[in-house]
Amino acid sequence: MKPLLGYRKPAPGTQPSHLYPPYVSSIKRAPKQPLVAIPITLSEITGPAFPKEIASPNAFDLTRQHKGEPLGERIEVGGRVVDEDGRPVRHTLVEIWQANAAGRYLHKNDQHNAPLDPNFTGEGRTFTDEDGRYRFVTIRPGAYPWKNHYNAWRPQHIHFSLFGPAFATRLVTQMYFPGDPLLEFDPIFHSVPDEAARRRLISSFDWLSTEPDLSLGFRFDIVLRGRNATPMER
Amino acid sequence: MPGPSTPSQTVGPFFSIGLDRLNRANLAEGSAGERLVIHGRVLDGDGQSVPDAVLEIWQADADGRYHHPEHAGPQNDATPFFGFGRIPTDAQGQFSFTTIKPGPVHGPDGKPQAPHLQISLFMRGLLRQLVTRIYFPDEPLNASDPVLQIVPESRRDTLIARPTKHEQTTLEWNVCLQGGNETVFFDC
Repeated sequence: MKPLLGYRKPAPGTQPSHLYPPYVSSIKRAPKQPLVAIPITLSEITGPAFPKEIASPNAFDLTRQHKGEPLGERIEVGGRVVDEDGRPVRHTLVEIWQANAAGRYLHKNDQHNAPLDPNFTGEGRTFTDEDGRYRFVTIRPGAYPWKNHYNAWRPQHIHFSLFGPAFATRLVTQMYFPGDPLLEFDPIFHSVPDEAARRRLISSFDWLSTEPDLSLGFRFDIVLRGRNATPMER
Repeated sequence: MPGPSTPSQTVGPFFSIGLDRLNRANLAEGSAGERLVIHGRVLDGDGQSVPDAVLEIWQADADGRYHHPEHAGPQNDATPFFGFGRIPTDAQGQFSFTTIKPGPVHGPDGKPQAPHLQISLFMRGLLRQLVTRIYFPDEPLNASDPVLQIVPESRRDTLIARPTKHEQTTLEWNVCLQGGNETVFFDC
């Protein structure tokens, strides 16, 4: 039988631990026992490949889901999804969700006293292309307060969910904006110990995707786990 | 080289906005195999239910085949089985889904793994997903499963769904994030 190639373990410090006490919600929800390391099997190197139909052709444009246009600064967010060897992750599903320009989510549990926008839901999905590229059109989300500590505010962010080719490559993350003064104080951002890794969560302003008289461009490249070069020995 | 993989961040409390569209609590639809209902609760370190979690399931079909190019060999095209489910917990921290019992998939040493479901768990408070498995009760292959064998015996029960009194086809499996019955989570 052909030996299975697993997925590489993250480099030390480049992923958050489950427990990060400054992020208070992690205290009662992070497991206390160490994770149990297991051999790679077919169950980890396979994963769902979604049919294209689950993302309608316009689902990448969050500004065109209602009768009118949402309020806020129109932006285009795009980039490439590659693995740790730089290979494009093709035709993979990307789901996003975000607050509106006032910093309010269209969610019953969001009690922030900021207005909802009848023209903005804040959800989008698309597939990467042959080269691993994706693109969304949306509005810049607002910062918003939360209850983690006194005067806590989340920096502006967009949530991203990606599958990649395998169960082992599943990633949910958040994209931040360059120059946001709130990043320095955000425990979720700071849960990633390695500074260089952390900074990769910050998108960059991008002239190439900035459309004259239309929208500012931000680039957010995403790296999914790469394949081991040799089969795991156990 | 593009550098190490992008760090994970929590789904936060409002993930339903973006993730609900793919909710799928009936994985069995249109597929052959023994139908099962699996239900349970997600509990935090205080034993409080977690109303803002979402489970994702990935599994093989009744013949033990994953619907994926890396699982070479004949697929059962007459009744294609997709194998993915996404189920959020409700206000009481409960979830329930219908699926078929997967067949045994071969393990790293070529011997069969016991039938199991792959589970990813996301919620506010989790900075990255938790990965676990659901195994089945009264399954002879459990005794030789290469993953279960690595788990300390005293904790194996947390990975095995329990039969319920009411029906043979209904199983219960709970997630305890902490405490004496803390569920086993994997690094894989």
